[in-house]
Amino acid sequence: MARRIVEMLSVLIATSAVFAQAPQAAPVAPAQRFVVVIDAAHGGDDTGGHLSDGSYEKGATLALAVRLRSLLGARGFQVVMTRESDATVNPEQRATIANRASAQACLSLHAAETGSGVHLFASNLTPGAVTRFMPWKTAQAGWMTRSLALTGVLNSALQHAGMTVTLGRTALLGMDSMTCPAVALEVAPERDADKKLTAEPGNPDYQARVAAVLATALLEWRTEQGNVGARQP
Amino acid sequence: MIPRLQAVLFFILVIASLVMGAVLFHMREKAHDRMLAGQDAAPTQAPQVAAPEQARLSVASDEDNTLRAQAYSLPLPVDPGARAKAILGKLLDLYAAPDALHPVPGGASSVAEVFLLPAHGNAANAAAQKDPGDELAVVNLKGSFAASHPSGLETETLTVLSICDTLHANLPRVAEVRFLVDGQVRESLAGHADLTRTYLTSDAERPDATKP
Repeated sequence: MARRIVEMLSVLIATSAVFAQAPQAAPVAPAQRFVVVIDAAHGGDDTGGHLSDGSYEKGATLALAVRLRSLLGARGFQVVMTRESDATVNPEQRATIANRASAQACLSLHAAETGSGVHLFASNLTPGAVTRFMPWKTAQAGWMTRSLALTGVLNSALQHAGMTVTLGRTALLGMDSMTCPAVALEVAPERDADKKLTAEPGNPDYQARVAAVLATALLEWRTEQGNVGARQP
Repeated sequence: MIPRLQAVLFFILVIASLVMGAVLFHMREKAHDRMLAGQDAAPTQAPQVAAPEQARLSVASDEDNTLRAQAYSLPLPVDPGARAKAILGKLLDLYAAPDALHPVPGGASSVAEVFLLPAHGNAANAAAQKDPGDELAVVNLKGSFAASHPSGLETETLTVLSICDTLHANLPRVAEVRFLVDGQVRESLAGHADLTRTYLTSDAERPDATKP
């Protein structure tokens, strides 16, 4: 009898120990991945614009995208590229890649020979509510508030780095279908105070500086409250 | 001795020659008078289709990504479609000027036609308020204009917004604008600005049209 009581007590003690350890043994949530989609505009048959130095826009955007991917990868970001070579990718494919990535930031990179500095564009869609099924061509409407917030973070970082920044709203195929905070960034020639050209959009040093600022801005974006794991707009 | 018959024939021929010379001289004088009369009838001034009116153009600037309202005095037709075409022609003439702040080649001839239709709204902007009198302007641009337009997000966006805002400023019932190129729907103006979308003129005139 005494032996049976001892056995029961030992079972109870063991059970209570299991329950006591249960909270500690619960699976720890994996660290939230922070995904950034880098969309190097144009590519393949779509050369984009002609730059003043004779190169094509598609080359400048891919070079900038590769630089930015390296910097973000080194900072622990998970980076998804819409293209990694001189390949033709249509706007629907770009949006599909971005939407499947469940990204917290989507950057569409462009280059132009007009204007100066860096042009930041958010979609000009009217902000709307997110529904289960969003219209494909205006899906970005549900993320407009966060896209404008991301534009603000990028603008602050670029201006803090002493770059000329122009802000705007636009209708851009591909970006308007993205279900993530999305910004189109156009690198224009760098000019001094007298409007004299100091660097073309394809200039490696200029691109390196822009990429470094973007990486810093995305770090800030990541640390902002509510951004981690924020699929919801 | 000259036979009498030959003498008569000779005089007849001389008289006929003199008469023919006189007739030719008279015809030459008449032709000269007709020519002078034709020159006098030629217009010395270009004809005007209508009296000049004030038109407000939203002129884009690449330097600061803005639209600036500028007033011009233009002879404008009464027909709204022709009026819209004339106003947009003036706007694109400004962009084709050598010292333009938003340089785009092409000029007035780049606008093939402007059609004004009743606006029925669109899915992309279903929340927008609609008035029964709202109109949709369909701007048919020439392919040469799109082909020569500089490629870039900023420059293409400014062209689209300035056209939308200029139309609404001069034809207030125009609430929506669609673009065609050579009569066909085109994906983008020069690789960036979406031309498949119906643009709301209220978007172009709002303060943040070119700023977030």
